[in-house]
Amino acid sequence: MTNLAVKPSLKNDLIHLTLTEARYGLEEKKFSAVELTKAYLDSMEEHRHLNAYILETPEKALEEAKESDARLAKGEGRLLEGIPLAMKDLFCTKGIQTTAASHILEGFIPPYESTVSDNLKKAGTITLGKTNMDEFAMGSANITSYFGNVISPWKRVDGKDLTPGGSSGGTAAAVAGGLAVAGTATDTGGSIRQPAAFTGLVGLKPTYGRCSRWGTVAFASSLDQAGTITRDVRDSALMLKAMAGYDPKDATSAHIEVPDFAKALELGVKGLKVGIPKEYHLEGMPEDILSLWEQGKKWLSEAGAELVDISLPHTKYSLPTYYVLAPAEASSNLARYDGVRYGLRVPGKTLDELYENTRSEGFGEEVQRRIMIGTYVLSAGYYDAYYLKAQKVRRLVTQDFELAYQKVDVILTPTTPSAAFALDEKPTDPVVMYLNDVLTVPANLAGLPAISVPAGFSKDNLPLGLQLIGPAFDENVLFRTARVLEDAAQFKSFLRGHTS
Amino acid sequence: MSLDQDTVKRIAHLARLKLSEERIKPMQEDLNRILHFIDQLNEVETGSVEAIAGVNMPIMPMREDRVTDGDKVQAILQNAPEVACNMFVVPKVVE
Repeated sequence: MTNLAVKPSLKNDLIHLTLTEARYGLEEKKFSAVELTKAYLDSMEEHRHLNAYILETPEKALEEAKESDARLAKGEGRLLEGIPLAMKDLFCTKGIQTTAASHILEGFIPPYESTVSDNLKKAGTITLGKTNMDEFAMGSANITSYFGNVISPWKRVDGKDLTPGGSSGGTAAAVAGGLAVAGTATDTGGSIRQPAAFTGLVGLKPTYGRCSRWGTVAFASSLDQAGTITRDVRDSALMLKAMAGYDPKDATSAHIEVPDFAKALELGVKGLKVGIPKEYHLEGMPEDILSLWEQGKKWLSEAGAELVDISLPHTKYSLPTYYVLAPAEASSNLARYDGVRYGLRVPGKTLDELYENTRSEGFGEEVQRRIMIGTYVLSAGYYDAYYLKAQKVRRLVTQDFELAYQKVDVILTPTTPSAAFALDEKPTDPVVMYLNDVLTVPANLAGLPAISVPAGFSKDNLPLGLQLIGPAFDENVLFRTARVLEDAAQFKSFLRGHTS
Repeated sequence: MSLDQDTVKRIAHLARLKLSEERIKPMQEDLNRILHFIDQLNEVETGSVEAIAGVNMPIMPMREDRVTDGDKVQAILQNAPEVACNMFVVPKVVE
């Protein structure tokens, strides 16, 4: 392939390893955590033009790497000991600036650590820095960040800069471009799966409740879920194991056991029933997306799965439902940014003026648009017509899936309706931009786990992903099915396409 | 449903967002495009359907009624734009 914006530096193939390979190399003393971390820090410096990180934390990373090496030397390495990760700047990190890519939180230093990042730390990971994202995770192209656009490491043949997708675009660009082994991300409507698909990576949104939301800057609390962006399916299973778990500090986190996901990886799909929802066949869906979906069906049926046509009749209404509920929750969640207790303050003569000045200057255009929509649908006289109505349709969307899972074990769809677009081709109509999430949003509304697996290329030779959606708390079915797709696709990742 | 400019101003005030005159019209157009898209929901028959606020939450867990945290004045104030006598400072609200 010739469509590369970044030339992987051949001098150092440490940045090409999967998490599993890196963990093995550390255990076998083929290299140290400090060497591995330095390789990534060098690569980050070399590829700053991608704007993948809002904040790099090299000193802290090297300190953590030394600690990991000490543990490894004693044979006391933990599950992810010594693995350098990218941390989405939505996770509060104690003593390290956390901004949600917003001006309003610029300079905010959390006095506490999010449960997800804390769990990862306790598993031995090293944090390389805080990754760029759409402001407050609102966006599908990573163009709403106060800290500038993220550029995908992939390039189209015409040489234009592409979006890595969003909102977790910084993590996706970092993992794809060799600026982190793997990374954390969050998904409210597709913010893990869409960027993973656009950059040729595996993106997992676990079941709602699988990972604690405590300490994660809130966007839409009934939809937000932390997950992983990784170079392969096994990495995702390992990382989720470390991140997930019940947390008394999040009342919506699930009080159920976290399975050893890696054990499910090689179970295969023989006898599995795979649902193909007809409603995901969108009008005007491009030929390359349709043929990728066909290919996915073929791979699974050749591996022994049974394909079952299913119907999820309310699919069409998922996106409009989402664009009532997510802004409504966001407008409430973002009410806390008032210029009084933390973050930006723009003075005003009265308290109200201070609020208005702070919020108008602190929030970007898209965030303000969503706060406006959310405020409107929750306002007196419109609550029933919009908010309550959307909550009812959400139940119907959820029930569609419940009925489907009486017949099938897992659902296969494309992840996105197109490949990555060029940054200068971004739609100006917000609704057109929202359509990016049309295939990913239903799983958020229903709280289901879903994974995107890189499976092929568009007509422009850009990565495309296939999505698997599973029943609640059955990430295992995703991992075993995703492994089969991964094996069959033999996808050449951005880094490996050039080096192996 | 379509929003007029007065409604846009009213919503902006409710949300404590200051919209300058030149931003009102573009905001109105964007919001109306989004609302038009949302209006599709009216096609769905939801007469007897019960609304849901979230998923995967069969029971809200109870915790012991016990103080587990506190005494963190400095941590709470450390990010504040203006502090005096261990309190957040805001413009005068009482004459």
